[in-house]
Amino acid sequence: MEHPNSEHGLRSYLIGFVLAVVLTAIPFYVVITHALPPGRTLLVIGIAAVLQILVHLRFFLHLNFTSTPKENLLAIVFTAVLIFIMVGGSFWIMFDLHQRMAI
Amino acid sequence: MFGRLTIEALPLYSAIAAGGAAVTVGGALLVAIVITWLGAWRYLWTDWLTSVDHKRIGVMYIVLALIMLLRGFVDAIMMRAQQAMALNSGGYLPPEHFDQIFSSHGTIMIFFMAMPFMTGLINIIVPLQIGTRDVAFPFLNSLSLWLTASGAGLVMLSLVIGKFSTAGWTGYPPYSGVEANPGVGVDYWIWAILISGVGSTLSGINFIVTILKRRAPGMTLMRMTPFVWTALCASVLMAFAFPALTVACGLLALDRTFGMHFFTNAHGGNMMNYPNLFWIWGHPEVYILILPAFGIFSEVVSTFSRKRLFGYESLVYATAAIAILSFTVWLHHFFTMGSSANVNAFFGITTMIIAVPTGVKVFNWLLTMYRGRIDFHPSMMWTIGFMVTFVIGGMTGVLLAIPSADFLMHNTTFLVAHFHNMIIPGVLFGYLAGYMYWFPKAFGFALDRKWGLASFWCWMIGFYLAFMPLYLLGFKGMPRRMEQYNDPSWQPYLMVAASGAFVVLLGIAAMVMQLYVSVRDRKKTADVTGDPFDGRTLEWATSSPPPAYNFAVLPEVRDREAFLDMKERGVERQRPAAYEDIHMPRNSMVGVAMGAFAFAFGFAMIWHIWWLAAACGLAMWVAMIARSSDDDAEFRISAAEVKQIEDARFRALGSQAGRRA
Repeated sequence: MEHPNSEHGLRSYLIGFVLAVVLTAIPFYVVITHALPPGRTLLVIGIAAVLQILVHLRFFLHLNFTSTPKENLLAIVFTAVLIFIMVGGSFWIMFDLHQRMAI
Repeated sequence: MFGRLTIEALPLYSAIAAGGAAVTVGGALLVAIVITWLGAWRYLWTDWLTSVDHKRIGVMYIVLALIMLLRGFVDAIMMRAQQAMALNSGGYLPPEHFDQIFSSHGTIMIFFMAMPFMTGLINIIVPLQIGTRDVAFPFLNSLSLWLTASGAGLVMLSLVIGKFSTAGWTGYPPYSGVEANPGVGVDYWIWAILISGVGSTLSGINFIVTILKRRAPGMTLMRMTPFVWTALCASVLMAFAFPALTVACGLLALDRTFGMHFFTNAHGGNMMNYPNLFWIWGHPEVYILILPAFGIFSEVVSTFSRKRLFGYESLVYATAAIAILSFTVWLHHFFTMGSSANVNAFFGITTMIIAVPTGVKVFNWLLTMYRGRIDFHPSMMWTIGFMVTFVIGGMTGVLLAIPSADFLMHNTTFLVAHFHNMIIPGVLFGYLAGYMYWFPKAFGFALDRKWGLASFWCWMIGFYLAFMPLYLLGFKGMPRRMEQYNDPSWQPYLMVAASGAFVVLLGIAAMVMQLYVSVRDRKKTADVTGDPFDGRTLEWATSSPPPAYNFAVLPEVRDREAFLDMKERGVERQRPAAYEDIHMPRNSMVGVAMGAFAFAFGFAMIWHIWWLAAACGLAMWVAMIARSSDDDAEFRISAAEVKQIEDARFRALGSQAGRRA
């Protein structure tokens, strides 16, 4: 088996793990304690989720923005397009519906 | 101790349900007795169940798919019989039972017939066509198989213990929510889909990596066969779309089991977000199923027309375009939800656009056949039947893509006829064409042609009889999923539809007969050459069935039709000066074990047996860690053994050539 080289070592995984746990705990904390009003709670959850994605990409998939091979870049761009379609489309559909139902 | 599982769970509420349970249990017992009688348990365990060989995994996937095809078809014919007789009467099925049947029919046909059939064909053929020895992650492949089988097992188990969902194969809340549906049925559906869905996601990732990283030297992307291209696009869709299904069903499970409110009206939930998430997966799923079938049709048309595929590049680009566009049309499954006109118009237009690349492909196949020397092999007949029938389905699809027309046809049998018109010719005919085309490659003997043609004609005629009346009934306003009705003008159509189902039954009987006759005559129809159809692509370059390592020496690819090119250069039988050791993955029982734990975990979650769920969850985790820490996952086939196997093959080839001369 290939062993991960030093820059992907245990340290990097542990940092990633701790960050992932913290970014998961924050949304649970704000929801359980009702520390913030609903709008802000959603915002905090959203920001924590996006940061969580970046942490996974950086520490678990070992992608960074300085030396990324072409196929990785392609995969990321493709994923970004699909996320834009899925998440953006869902927002469009559900907010449109909300407006028609609520008013 | 046993959650909500009591003796009441046995299906003694109706004779038909008890009969279904008896057939299931009896069938399983019969298989076990036959295996014991043959003394084949050890062979089955070491050579098949624990195998990580992509060809064997593929065969097991297809066996699962064919068994589930039978089960799903029994559901279908029961529904057609019920509707044929249920004018102003209850027919022979109580509503509660009828609802379970249409729910399990859809669930089984999509998740446990079509998906395993497709995954099986890709498993057997793609590594051979790209000239490699195995998939990128052989163990993961075994795990995917057993997760899929666990899901199928849960659906079958629901016949015996408890009930299946009555909420249809899409399971929309609020009806599938815990308030309207407190029993175990929807939970069976959720856990079957969640567990097999993880397997499908893993398969998708596995095939993407295999196709991108394991191609033989010289095989550039634009030299890949159409089947490999469509398998690649379908795998990308699998990896990206299945998480949406997992999320939708997972949230529904949280609602049902832990009292959350994602899809309820109370506490800020929104039930319409469920169809939204479900169809973000659901529409790509249609193309996950149909793209590989398009690939099979392309291979079959080219081989049996004795011509290079017409417009290969356009077919590849059309495939890629469909893969992206398939993510942009999902709202057309719920036009009537109440979106504004702009939203509906956008998704209506994208739906019409996606028909264009599919149309391009039809011309690819037609023009490949044009002036070809066509051999009307059963696979070719499935392909021609597909082209004629699929175009009709495509046109009714474009009709439904108009939101205003959809408001009229929505939820009628017109829709039922439309999607069966896409999926039976498009998907099932494609897989059956592939099954009859590649069977000699997998087993070393060909399938009987006469029974294959008989099966084709029964399926084709049965299909038209069964579904054309449903189009008309849809125009007459008959809603789908009716257990009984009081409009006498509907009954004649429903009787024709029922007769169609019986003709399809003959088609299935012909398939069983074909298998029997072919196995009986396997000595006569043995394929010694490995190339029974004068093939053009690399899977025909090795023996039938291929050795464990597929290719003793990895082939060098110089052309899109790699094997035809080798034959033209006269190097297809060239032997290397010396063989080398080959490293192959070792069989593993961890895949079967994790599948079994997943099955028990699902069962425990359905019946709220928390201690068992926790134990199985822990066991899966331990098995995964143990497997990940196993550094000794490969074994070596020595050069001498390789030479021995290859010598035997070339001796057989030589005697075959002698006999022909």
